[in-house]
Amino acid sequence: MLKNYLKLNLSLLYWVLVAPFTGQFFSISQIFRQMVFIGVRATSMVALTAFSIGVTLAMQAAHSLQQLGAEMYVPDLVMLSILREMGPVLIAVIVIGRSGSAVAAELGTMKVSEEIEALEVMAINPVQYLVVPRFLAMLVMLPALTIFGNYIGVLGGWAVCRFALNFNTAGYVLRALQSANTWDLYSGMIKSGVFAWIVITIACNAGLHVEGGAEGVGQATTSSVVQALLAMLVTNAILTGIFFFGA
Amino acid sequence: MNPNGEPVIEVSDLVRRFGDRAIINDISFNVHRGETLVIMGGSGCGKSTLLRHIIGSMKPTSGSVKIFGQEITTMDEREIALVRRRFGMLFQSGALLASLTVGENVALPLVQHTKMPPDGIESVVKQKLEMVGLSGFEDLKPAEISGGMKKRVGLARALALDPELLFSDEPTSGLDPIMTAVVDQLTLKLTHGEHMTAVVVTHDMTSAFRIATRMIMLGHGSIVAQGTPDEIRNSTNPEVHQFINGEADGPIPLNLSQDEHEHHQHVKPRPFVAARHRFHRKTA
Repeated sequence: MLKNYLKLNLSLLYWVLVAPFTGQFFSISQIFRQMVFIGVRATSMVALTAFSIGVTLAMQAAHSLQQLGAEMYVPDLVMLSILREMGPVLIAVIVIGRSGSAVAAELGTMKVSEEIEALEVMAINPVQYLVVPRFLAMLVMLPALTIFGNYIGVLGGWAVCRFALNFNTAGYVLRALQSANTWDLYSGMIKSGVFAWIVITIACNAGLHVEGGAEGVGQATTSSVVQALLAMLVTNAILTGIFFFGA
Repeated sequence: MNPNGEPVIEVSDLVRRFGDRAIINDISFNVHRGETLVIMGGSGCGKSTLLRHIIGSMKPTSGSVKIFGQEITTMDEREIALVRRRFGMLFQSGALLASLTVGENVALPLVQHTKMPPDGIESVVKQKLEMVGLSGFEDLKPAEISGGMKKRVGLARALALDPELLFSDEPTSGLDPIMTAVVDQLTLKLTHGEHMTAVVVTHDMTSAFRIATRMIMLGHGSIVAQGTPDEIRNSTNPEVHQFINGEADGPIPLNLSQDEHEHHQHVKPRPFVAARHRFHRKTA
């Protein structure tokens, strides 16, 4: 299992980094097709999630901070939690549930219906043809969705501050921008890039190694979601440790 | 016996074991240019496994397979890919990519392996689909066409690069008699006119005798009989006779389940099972 996963990662690196220089390009149109599926179609879900999180964070922060008479720090808390943790993690959760499972099921179905074997017999490498476009699309779209989600989350925080805590808009924006520095944003972006890698490689690996018909496809889909979630959360803890408690 | 020099496919002493079971047990044969070799045999006799060894997707326990004079069993993936560009393969289910249209499926090998301009590809796709009687179906998805049509699209795709060698896994199962004749005639035209070599795995005896220049019958992983269609038709081997005439009674055991496989000679035929098989043969 782990051996297959490492092998997939190596051949993925080969097809992305080495093969283009030997004249074997991956197809750009496939990447855009996947970007639309993984990214564009997920925007409404991401927006709803991020907005709810922003609102929730602001309400919880207001509740605790009010007791200390420190409501003015609500924007700081919303901004930092979203940029550093909530944005990257929760949007990765959405993408795992939505696109990771879909990719695992799609590749798994292709495997059981002999489509992958047919590609191989046509001398088309399945990693190059199927995995690389999904990988690159995910690597671009998950961070992009995260940036988008960050905005919406901060907007959610604004809604609470503006309508329940009597902040004015300029005050909220100013406070939020002052609290965060660029590293808060970059650390979240790095996380989200790493999550993209984890999510898509686990999903593709699960799909490409399906055995045993429709039942196998179902199992692979479930296990890819569970594995991706666990791997993503553990990695998140490690990265937070490195970024904010390391050096 | 052959005028065309070096064989296109040379299988010698091929053995493949899964555990103790030999699925392929010491098989040797050659296929020459322009020939159509039909491989037949009952379900589970190792036909598909043999085909997978020839195209390099499975590695044998021992023995050698040479395609175009090159040993395929020891090649790495990249070398196998180069050999595979020279042959086409039709899968039993068609194995079309469900996310692409019929036209895109046929165009796939051209897009991937040639530098043809888009309108050149389009005209080749049109021509290949016309060959299999499916002009005008370019924009449909595989899910929107019937099983037999999928198979014909698979054939068009296998022929897209004008291969020197064509493998077909049950090309005519699921086709109506007229379409079967069309596919057979296409195979004949390609092997006679353009000296393509074909290896066809089939159950369909009418079609087999129509296209074969040579036939091999497999049973329990080894070659039971081989020869020209006439030799096979007049064979005195009772297994061959039973198979080509589709008779339920004969020396071929009917219950080839896994654990009974090795001991089939000792198992008494169960009347109920035999009757059920007879029923299936009649209805099939």
